[in-house]
Amino acid sequence: MKTQSHAQAAAEFIKDDARTHWHDETLWHVRQKRDLSAQGIPEWETLRDTASATKDYVLSHLGELLEQFETNALANGIEVLWAKDAQEHNEHVYRILQENKVSNIVKSKSILTEECGLNHYLEDKGYDVVDTDLGERIIQFAKQAPSHIVLPAIHLKKQDIGEIFHEHIGTEKGASDPKYLTEAARQHLRKKFVEANAAITGVNFGIAETGGFVVCTNEGNADMGTHLADIHIACMGIEKLIPRATDLGVFLRLLARSATGQSITNYSSHFHKPAPGKKLYIILVDNGRTEQLGREDFKNSLKCIRCGACMNTCPIYRRSGGYSYNSTVPGPIGSILSPGKDLKKYSTLPFASTLCGSCSDVCPVKINIHEQLYKWRQVITENTDVDASKKLAMKVAGYTFGKPVLYDLAGKMARTALKITPDSLVYSSLNVWGKHRDLPDVPKESFKEWYQKNRKS
Amino acid sequence: MSSKASILAAIQKNKPVASPLPDLLSFPDEPNLVEKYEKGLSGNGGQLMQVTAIKNVQDYIEANFPREQLKASLVEGVEGNIDVNNISDPHDLEHVELAVLQGELGVAENGAIWMPEKNVVHRVLPFIAQHLIIILKKDTLLTNMHQAYEKVKVNDHGYGVFIAGPSKTADIEQSLVIGAHGPRSLTVFLMD
Ligand code: SF4
Repeated sequence: MKTQSHAQAAAEFIKDDARTHWHDETLWHVRQKRDLSAQGIPEWETLRDTASATKDYVLSHLGELLEQFETNALANGIEVLWAKDAQEHNEHVYRILQENKVSNIVKSKSILTEECGLNHYLEDKGYDVVDTDLGERIIQFAKQAPSHIVLPAIHLKKQDIGEIFHEHIGTEKGASDPKYLTEAARQHLRKKFVEANAAITGVNFGIAETGGFVVCTNEGNADMGTHLADIHIACMGIEKLIPRATDLGVFLRLLARSATGQSITNYSSHFHKPAPGKKLYIILVDNGRTEQLGREDFKNSLKCIRCGACMNTCPIYRRSGGYSYNSTVPGPIGSILSPGKDLKKYSTLPFASTLCGSCSDVCPVKINIHEQLYKWRQVITENTDVDASKKLAMKVAGYTFGKPVLYDLAGKMARTALKITPDSLVYSSLNVWGKHRDLPDVPKESFKEWYQKNRKS
Repeated sequence: MSSKASILAAIQKNKPVASPLPDLLSFPDEPNLVEKYEKGLSGNGGQLMQVTAIKNVQDYIEANFPREQLKASLVEGVEGNIDVNNISDPHDLEHVELAVLQGELGVAENGAIWMPEKNVVHRVLPFIAQHLIIILKKDTLLTNMHQAYEKVKVNDHGYGVFIAGPSKTADIEQSLVIGAHGPRSLTVFLMD
């Protein structure tokens, strides 16, 4: 079966014009909150530089840091497991559940377990995994995947959620007040928390120096789950390490501000030892990360702290929705991570970008996302048979990238254009994936002409 | 080869050239710590009360929470009606209406309060209670998270948490709702 290209999937999404606009505006609003918040911190750029450099250190010392982490975690009484891939990760979880005779599982948001397809794997084995993050619970009821890594149900309107809740937890038909719906979910999930004997969480930061880890939530769901259940399984990608506890100062200042504009998540929980009489496991997962580490042009993508800022700012993401990427991590970062996993399947993702550079501008760890998108395009053009229109777009991009001054200017313009009249850029005929998706054989104007013309206006 | 060995071998083969570890950052002190703290806390949905004596906290509780409701206090001078030290199963805390806890330090930039395990006895207490009151000493206020992490030893206890507000969510159309799973309110009493 041929996988749907990003453009085809995006076409589905934008069929509903009003909803597309609403999605676009909602995310842009989140982006603006991020800007306001960042502007309130005079040392913002220093924080970004430091976070980026700290992650460079981590990536270049990953082996030592992982071993240090394991030694310290073991000394803390944490059981440490290693998983080469998703399959092994899932098997570890299953074995732990079996060994501990677990029947009820609650899970807090973890993109890694999504990546590993853990829920489906456990469901096949007869387990019911209850997602406890409100957004995750909503889409779990709807049998959907998250469409955003921080705002999993951002594609749904409150009326949709009212319908879903009516069907699954018996809220009143037609009710759509967020307060009412949240209260209903609270009551429903409280029961689940109280009944659970195992809690699965992700990890935001693993601390090599202390052998512990940090989980950030606003709802407190990771804590409600882990502190009531006897078993806590934390699933962590190997790139989530930081060297020292003091590095958290930098990362926690950046994470929530970049994600939603708030100064910090309401709960930043530090786990070092299991509570008396309980068990704590941590699974260290590779699943393609070591391979990405060896790709000089793309290794920086492993610095990602999953804040979602690049999605909120991306003119393509905002207008095409998370599902159009057909990968666990959507948006700009997803488009540079996914091709490393399956070049063919994800070959259209690096083209789902205007290369405006806005993603790189907001990224708290300064990943050169748009440059990597461009580089993937080259790899894909060489290695797969992308259609002619995309090759043409490559040429245009190649031209700009080859001329740094021009590129800089264009980038600046693009960024302004994004704010004021986003459509002018996004839906320009130069973009393979905008509205005029059928690119003519020959572009009506070269980039230079476009630039010349637009500069005057 | 074990998975650990094969992952470490792949890292060894693929890792980039060594990059140095950056120095720790420090920035100038905030002159108006209390004002800034209040802004930080309210930004995350909490509210600040400045009081002079612990009695004021007791009075506040009596005025706002009916006598029969379950209250757990781990702060000297504030009376509760259940003793969490005598509870062995955290599930028994399910119907606690109010928890009163002592915070270790507060961070002005975001309202966050460090709460180590020893201050909560049961890790779930600050989450399972319907409302949360935290007492904070004014002289523990710090400017930013860098200063906080220099003070706090995150592994002194098995668990510790920065609490910066009540439990909240915006997962339904980005509308803010307070009281997702945990406390429906956080009131911080700042004392001299
Ligand atoms: S790539 Fe950067 S901006 Fe995007 S989610 Fe990761 S850290 Fe955030």
